[in-house]
Amino acid sequence: MPHFDAAYNLARWLTRSAEDADDMVQESYLRAFTFFDGFRGGDARWWLFSIVRNTCYTWLRKNGAQELMEFDEAQHSPASNALNPEDLQLRRADRETLREALEKLPAEFREVLVLREIEDLAYKEIAEVTGLPLGTVMSRLSRARRRLQELLAVPAGQES
Amino acid sequence: MSCKEIQGLMDPYIDRELDLVRSIELERHMHDCPACARLHEDRAALRTAIGAGSLRYRAPDTLKKSVQAALVERDRQERAPGRWRWFRLPGPVIAATAAAALLIAIWWVRPVEGALQREVVEGHIRSLMANHLTDVPSTDQHTVKPWFAGKLDFSPTVKDLTAEGFTLVGGRLDYLDNHAVAAIVYQRRQHVINVFVWPTSEGDRGARAAVRQGYNVVWFVRSGMAYWLASDLNPAELRQLAGLLIR
Repeated sequence: MPHFDAAYNLARWLTRSAEDADDMVQESYLRAFTFFDGFRGGDARWWLFSIVRNTCYTWLRKNGAQELMEFDEAQHSPASNALNPEDLQLRRADRETLREALEKLPAEFREVLVLREIEDLAYKEIAEVTGLPLGTVMSRLSRARRRLQELLAVPAGQES
Repeated sequence: MSCKEIQGLMDPYIDRELDLVRSIELERHMHDCPACARLHEDRAALRTAIGAGSLRYRAPDTLKKSVQAALVERDRQERAPGRWRWFRLPGPVIAATAAAALLIAIWWVRPVEGALQREVVEGHIRSLMANHLTDVPSTDQHTVKPWFAGKLDFSPTVKDLTAEGFTLVGGRLDYLDNHAVAAIVYQRRQHVINVFVWPTSEGDRGARAAVRQGYNVVWFVRSGMAYWLASDLNPAELRQLAGLLIR
């Protein structure tokens, strides 16, 4: 089946659960093959991603609405307080630390990071998958990275 | 540009989505501004960490199998009489639709080609599922081509297209259209491409494309050889490979 691992990866990150990811992927593929007529050509991967994404978002809304948050631009304005590299554990961040930090981010942030960093999609492609304007993709990715960086910057032991 | 502006452009810069002029401006600014240079360093380190972290989840095989089973089951149900939704449409609509579909079918895909498309895609899927992609795994065209000698009554063209971004993975014997065929396997990024080749009595024909079960298929005839390409790669790049094969 085409793009199965990529579809699973996205669902797994959005649901944060192996069991729910299974359901999401199964539902997405059934939908994809049912609505194959809706495929207007181009890259099938993006199209499949958008189906997985929509399926997951419907699920998220039902099962944890607090996940999806509306962003308050004023509240999350890009501050200029750059982090001190000495504080960062980045270079030492192992896979588990990264995984945990990424899972702590809201779904909207996880989504853009997974599509950009793991699936290597260009901004234009992310915009196509998510249906977001290009500018929003850019700012969301920027905020997502900042939040991730902040999470990773917390020294070990101080975490609650 | 101010530091605030620079910081707003930092992510597109790191993602190589920033135009050249502004990239140069940003680099110049960073050269003189330690704070912005540090931000760049942090972001670059984050990208490296994520890139090295191998955060990708792999789909479990059991899931793959159950989704396949669900698709087959649904397919079977839809084919059962009484489940045909168009059955409830008015007669003239059905007649007109059927006539149009028939015309398109005759025009675009001769029945033989339709059946072949299915065989080719099935061959492609089989090669991926059975973990039997190649009989002779090699990136060297001079290893793959001679391997076919003695196994087939023709000698397929095997090209090294690494420079063009299509890596030769190897060769395999397959069986399509009632005879043994050469399957030459290429890879582009993470996409596997099967190129099936066999002799035909047909004259040269330009490339045609179709989508089947989500896979892209491109086929053409050149110098007495039928070429069928199947992959989950996008149609444009698949056609590009077709062009390279007959170059």
